[in-house]
Amino acid sequence: MNQRSTFIFSMLCFGFAFLYIPIVLVIIYSFNDSKLVTVWGGWSIRWYMELFNNENILNAALLSFKIAAITATCATIFGTMAGLVLARLRQFRGRMLFTGMIASPLVMPEVITGLCLLLLFVNLQNLIGWPSQRGMNTITIAHITFSMAYVAVIIQSRLTEINESLEEAAMDLGARPARVIWDITLPIIFPAMVSGWLLAFTLSLDDLVISSFVSGPGATTLPMLIFSKVRLGISPDINALATILILVVAVGVSIAGWIIHRQKQAKAIS
Amino acid sequence: MSGLLINVDNSFRERLWKNLIIAIPYFWLLLFFLAPFLIVLKISLADPIVAQPPFTPLLQKSDDGVMSIYATFDNYKYLFQDSLYFVTYLSSVKLAFISTVLALLIGYPIAYGIARSPQPTRNILLLLVVIPFWISFLLRVYAWMGILKTKGLLNGFLLWTGIINEPLELLYTDTAVYIGMIYSYLPFMILPLYANLEKLDIRLLEAASDLGAKRWEVFKDVTLPLSMPGIIAGCCLMFIPAIGEYVIPALLGGADTLMIGRVLFDEFFLNRDWPVASAVAIVLVLLLVLPIVYFQKRQNQELLSES
Repeated sequence: MNQRSTFIFSMLCFGFAFLYIPIVLVIIYSFNDSKLVTVWGGWSIRWYMELFNNENILNAALLSFKIAAITATCATIFGTMAGLVLARLRQFRGRMLFTGMIASPLVMPEVITGLCLLLLFVNLQNLIGWPSQRGMNTITIAHITFSMAYVAVIIQSRLTEINESLEEAAMDLGARPARVIWDITLPIIFPAMVSGWLLAFTLSLDDLVISSFVSGPGATTLPMLIFSKVRLGISPDINALATILILVVAVGVSIAGWIIHRQKQAKAIS
Repeated sequence: MSGLLINVDNSFRERLWKNLIIAIPYFWLLLFFLAPFLIVLKISLADPIVAQPPFTPLLQKSDDGVMSIYATFDNYKYLFQDSLYFVTYLSSVKLAFISTVLALLIGYPIAYGIARSPQPTRNILLLLVVIPFWISFLLRVYAWMGILKTKGLLNGFLLWTGIINEPLELLYTDTAVYIGMIYSYLPFMILPLYANLEKLDIRLLEAASDLGAKRWEVFKDVTLPLSMPGIIAGCCLMFIPAIGEYVIPALLGGADTLMIGRVLFDEFFLNRDWPVASAVAIVLVLLLVLPIVYFQKRQNQELLSES
């Protein structure tokens, strides 16, 4: 092995160790019996038991999953529409503004998005009395707004990759645009919609800053609860919670990978 | 011109379809993205008052029913007079900039190594870069708290190996913030670099070394200039979100770690000074406009040169 490949190889090892050691340590220490988080006291699952008896955490998790599921579904619908518009409609009035509004949430710092939306909700409440209370509804609206931009970008890049000739052929054969979208375009971009849904779900489940701004009394999402706990220092039951969430992600990514792999195989056969 | 949705015999139903597909996301973004931003702009021009909502209205009705506009730049003046904000903006830029440079130095060889790996390994390595992105950001930052604590795992390990005799103060310092930033944003740096380095034509490198260039010269004169678009994309993708970061300085930083996202958060929730918080937000957006516009211009150039 020459000098350069040794360097590259050791950088690769270092890089992946850097990325994965913290995650592995959290998983290992979630099985630690000791109350002192960094002292090893033998294997145990007591923190998992405590987790399942902690009603606050369970309620927050339920709320977060509900918000994430609604967000992902709405964001996929709106984001797919927006992606179609960006990739296939090159001329309409206000396209510049539309493109800008899709691109901006991707780069806008979360604190600003959160502040903006909260002030909107406060103003709306004063003007028309809606939303009468901030909580799950306002958090969901905020999450849909920023995650639909991510979905739109995924859909757009998938649509620019694929050839329009298929859609044009269908059109030439007399299919109406609505039918072309339904029968040709949507099946082609379905894998992109799946990744968009998963991404929106993760983004929503993960969001702390925007939720903290637009939430109201009584609505505490899982990240908000975790943050208020770990702000005061590390706590062993959060390790257990983190391990479960990492497991969920691992399973989700594997399933998505499998779906995409199968799609590719099907394409290779046909 | 695109075939879809456009060159049809524009029957009423088809137009309706097309307009609906545009209108629904458009309306949503106008209401929940553009309008809130304009409201923040409006509030940043108001005076704070003790009321609900805690700021003066833009349109004021005097007793004789005349509407007048009330706007003030006091909040902005205050931002520039109070050295705290100025120092905080500078310190955010500094923290974000140094983290970005360090992440580039770490990420470049990794991206290069992945791009030069044989095919099945390459996809696995790439997947390994992407996976952390799917794991909760908050929990990944939290993972470092246990490692960096004074009685934490890193200090324990270093004491055990005898490299140090006294535990290092790491958690709640700027060092911890740098580590957290690099850790969290490294995938953002590696992916665009990889996408660029993967396209690099090996024959160019071979030609350069056939013509007598040394290894280092090949890298410096061929690889590096050709990978510039990837470097710029990676740096922008990391620098822009890093400036406004809240979670990392709040969990890993000390009381003296000044970052603008954190100040904005505290100004809003602790001091309840909405007009100043809004002005802080507007200035932050202005600060970000420059790198964002530059980034998008580069991206468009890339797209043009490719097509």
